[in-house]
Amino acid sequence: MTDVALEPVDDVEFPDDVHATSTGISNPKLAMWTYLASDCLLFGGLISTYLLYRNRPGNIPGLSGSDLRASELFNIPFTSMTSFILLMSSLTMVLAVNAVMRRDVERMRLWLVATSVLGAMFLGGQIYEFAEFVNYGLGYTSNVSASAFYTLTGLHGAHVAVGVLMLISATVYSMRRQLNAEAVETLGLYWHFVDIVWVVIFAIVYLIP
Amino acid sequence: MAITEERPPLELTSGDLPPLEVETLGVFHRPRATHGWASWFTTVDHKKIGIMYGFASFFFLLVGGFEAILIRTQLAVPGNKLLSADLYNQVFTMHGVTMVFLVVMPLAAAFANYLLPLQIGARDVAFPRMNALSLWVWLLGAIFFNTSWFLGGGADGGWFNYAPNSGVVFSPSHGIDFYAVGLLIMGIGSTVSAVNLTVTVLNMRAPGMTLMRMPVFTWMTFIVQVLLVFALPVITVALILLTADRMFGATFFDASAGGDPFLWEHLFWIFGHPEVYIMILPSFGIASEVIPTFSRKPIFGYPFMVGSGIAIGFMGWGVWAHHMFASGMGPISVLAFSLATMFIAVPTGVKILNWMATMYGGRIRFTTAMLFSVGLVAMFTIGGLSGVTHAFAPMDTQQTDTYYIVAHFHYVLFGGALFGLFSGMYFWWPKIFGYFLNEKLGKWHFWLMILGFNLTFGPMHILGLQGMMRRTYTYTEGQGFNGWNLVATIGAYLIAVSILVFMWNVIRSYRQHRANPVNPGPDPWDARSLEWMVPSPTPEHNFDEVPVVEDFDEFWHRKYGHDEQGRPVRIAATEDVVQKGDATDVHLPSPSYWPLVLAAGLPLIGYGLIFNLWWALPGAILLIAGIYGWVLEPSTDPSAGHGHDDDHHHDGDDGDAAALEEPSGDEADTASGDEAGEGAGVASADEPEPAMASASADAEDGGSK
Repeated sequence: MTDVALEPVDDVEFPDDVHATSTGISNPKLAMWTYLASDCLLFGGLISTYLLYRNRPGNIPGLSGSDLRASELFNIPFTSMTSFILLMSSLTMVLAVNAVMRRDVERMRLWLVATSVLGAMFLGGQIYEFAEFVNYGLGYTSNVSASAFYTLTGLHGAHVAVGVLMLISATVYSMRRQLNAEAVETLGLYWHFVDIVWVVIFAIVYLIP
Repeated sequence: MAITEERPPLELTSGDLPPLEVETLGVFHRPRATHGWASWFTTVDHKKIGIMYGFASFFFLLVGGFEAILIRTQLAVPGNKLLSADLYNQVFTMHGVTMVFLVVMPLAAAFANYLLPLQIGARDVAFPRMNALSLWVWLLGAIFFNTSWFLGGGADGGWFNYAPNSGVVFSPSHGIDFYAVGLLIMGIGSTVSAVNLTVTVLNMRAPGMTLMRMPVFTWMTFIVQVLLVFALPVITVALILLTADRMFGATFFDASAGGDPFLWEHLFWIFGHPEVYIMILPSFGIASEVIPTFSRKPIFGYPFMVGSGIAIGFMGWGVWAHHMFASGMGPISVLAFSLATMFIAVPTGVKILNWMATMYGGRIRFTTAMLFSVGLVAMFTIGGLSGVTHAFAPMDTQQTDTYYIVAHFHYVLFGGALFGLFSGMYFWWPKIFGYFLNEKLGKWHFWLMILGFNLTFGPMHILGLQGMMRRTYTYTEGQGFNGWNLVATIGAYLIAVSILVFMWNVIRSYRQHRANPVNPGPDPWDARSLEWMVPSPTPEHNFDEVPVVEDFDEFWHRKYGHDEQGRPVRIAATEDVVQKGDATDVHLPSPSYWPLVLAAGLPLIGYGLIFNLWWALPGAILLIAGIYGWVLEPSTDPSAGHGHDDDHHHDGDDGDAAALEEPSGDEADTASGDEAGEGAGVASADEPEPAMASASADAEDGGSK
C-alpha cells in the first residue's frame, strides 16, 4: 500500500453499453445470482435436517442424549426483535444502493456502515441467545436436535458475519479507491438473500411449534 | 479478452488515480511471466488451466488405476493375502473417490475449461482468476485427500461412506476425516468453477451465438455446471454433518442417540445421482462432436440432443432413491423412484439412437477418436441396459451390493465417461498441443482397452448374479468364483497395458514432433465448430476477430454449402476461412499469485481441523491475505501488455462479450480502464469471499460455495 492519500471520487458513470454481455446482466451480478441459487440448497438441506431432528431423541427408551429442546428455551420476543433488526438492515442496504446510484458516495458509506452495525447487532443477539441456551444446559452435543439447531443457525450466522465483513471492507475500500456501483448492488443481493433466509428460518424453526 | 466483459454497466469515471497505487500490493509484485514453468503457477489463461486440469487428473488416473490393480490382484485367486481386510477397505474406497472426484470430474473440467470459451467464441471465461482458483483449490484438495495414506490410512467406508460405518466407532483412523474435509475443499473449487462456467456460457457468447446454435459439447457442459451448482451444496450439508459427528461430537448419524443414518443416504444420493450425470454428460458432449465430424454429417436431431440432455439434467434429481431400494424405505417410495428411473432411460436412449442416426449413411472415418466415441455408444448401451434392470426394485434387491452393480457402473463410467474423455483427447490433441497422437498406437490403445475393459467388467455381471458380494476382500475356494475372477484380473492388467500404450504414444508423438515439427493446421479433421477456426495450438488470445455466428456448426457452414440432394459442396477453402492467429494487441488478463495463495490456505485449515486447530491459523492467514490481495489487485496489470502496435484490424464494435480492448497510448486512460475492470474484480471477488472467509471461520461453511 502506498501512503498517497487519495481523494474519493464521487462520480458515477452510467455508460450506454448495458448490453455488453449476452444476457444484458453483468457477469458479477449473474455469478452472485447463481451462487445464491446454490446457497438455497445448502440452507434447504440444513432446514430439512433440523425438521427431521427437532423432536429427537423422543420418548424412545435407551437412546442417549438430553431431553432438553431448543424450542423449549426460545425467547420469541427477543428473537423477534433481533429478526426485526436484521430486516431493517435490508432497508439500509437498499438505501446504500440507492445512494450509490445517485452518485452520493458519502451517503452510501453512511448506509453501508448502518447496515453492518445492524448486522453486527443481530450477530450479538445470536451469540447472547446461544450463551443463554448453553447456560440452560443445551450444548452443541447435548442431543441431536440441539446439534441440528446450532448447525443451521450457526451457519446462517456465519453468512451474516461474512456479509458484515464485506460491508466494512467495501466501506473502507470506497475511502481509498473508487468503488464500483454495481459491486455495492451485488453485495446488496447477498445481504438481502441472507435476510430472506433468516425469515424462513425464523418462521420454520422459531414460530412453528 | 475478458476485460471488457467484466466491466459492468455501472462504473465510475476515473482517470485521477496514480498508477503506483494500483500497481503494488504488499510483498508481491505482479507476476509477469507468460512463458516458462513459473507462468503456469500464476496463469489465468483458460487454456493453460485446462491443460493443468488434464495432466493432474491423468496423474490421479494412474494413482486410482494402481489402486484398481491392487484390488484385482487381491481378488485374482481365492484366499489371497496380498491385502488385509482393513487395507482392502481403504484401497477400494480411495479408488472410488479418486476416480470420481480426482479423475472423471476434473478431466471433464479440463475439456470444459479449454473448449467452452473457444466453442462460444469468447477470449476467456467470465472470471479468469476464479478459474485459476478453482484449479488450485481442487488440486491442493486432491493432494490433501491423498496425503491420508501417509497420515494414518485412507478412508475406508466406500465412496458413499454410509453411516454408521463412517462414524468414529467403526472407522477410528483419520481416513474419513480426510474424506469429509477433502471433499469439502474440492467442493469449493467445483462450485467456484461451476458458477464461473455457467456465467461464461450465459454471458460470453459471440454475436449471433444463440443458445440453440451452441455445439452439443457446450450444451452438455453447461447442463453439468448447472447440476453442480445445485448438487454440491447438498453433499456439503452431508459432509458438514459428518464432520460435526466425527470431530465435534455431534450424533447426526448415530442411531443410538436419535440420529438417523438414513439422512446421510438421502443427502448423499440427492447429490450422488446428479453426480453420475455430471460425470457422463461431458463425454456425451464429446461424442456428439466427434461422431458428426468423422461421419461428415451434422448431428442428427440437434434439438433432441440438447433437449434430452436437459431432460436428463432435470430427471436426474428425481431418481436418487433407486440407490436405496434395499434400505426399507417403504413401497410407495420404491414404486415412485422405480418408475422415475425407468423414465430416465428414455432421453438417454434418444441420445444413443441419434448418434447411430448420425453415423447412418455418413462417410465414416474410423480414427482413434471415432473408435473411442463408438466404443462409448456401445459400452454405455450395455451399462444403460443393466441400469434399467436395477430400476425394477425386486430385481435390484437381488443385485444390491453384488458385483453386478460394480459391472453396471463401470460400464457407464469407464465404458461411457472415460472412453468419451479418451476420444476427446485424440480429437483435440492437435488443437491443444499442435501435433497429432500416433493413430496406429492409438488404435492399439483402443483395442487393448476395450478388450481389457470387457474382460474385466463383463464377468462381473455373472459373478454378481452368482452372489459374489462387492467390498469383500476375498472369497473362498468352494464358492465357484475362481474362474471369472481370474479373467477379470487378466482384463485389468490389459487395461493397464493399454494405458501404458497411451503414455508411450504421447511421449513418442511428442518426440517425433520435436524432431520433425509438422503443424496439423487449424482444422486437421475437417471439423464443424468454432475452435477449429483458430491455429493449432490455440494462440493465447484465441480469436483474432471474434466471429459473428450465423448458424449451428458455424465453421462447417463457412466451408461448405450443399447441392440439391443436400450433399455438402465446398464453397470456400479452409485456409480462407480460418484465422491466422497473428493479432498482437489483444488485451489479456494479467497473471496473478492470489488464486494460489488463497487456495493454499484451505488444506492447512483442513489439517488444522483434523489434527490441531492451531495449524489452521497459518491457513486462515493465507486465506484472508489471498482474499484481500485479490480484491485489491486490478484484474489486469496496467503496466503490462501495452504498446504492441500492430495494424491488424479488429472489429471493435462486435458489441458483445468478447469485444477487444484497443491499445491505448495514454497511460492515465489505461489506468482508468483497468480501474473499471478492477471494480468488476471487487464484485467478482465478493463472490468467492463468503466461501473463503467463512471457511476460515469454520471450514464447514466454506464447502458450500
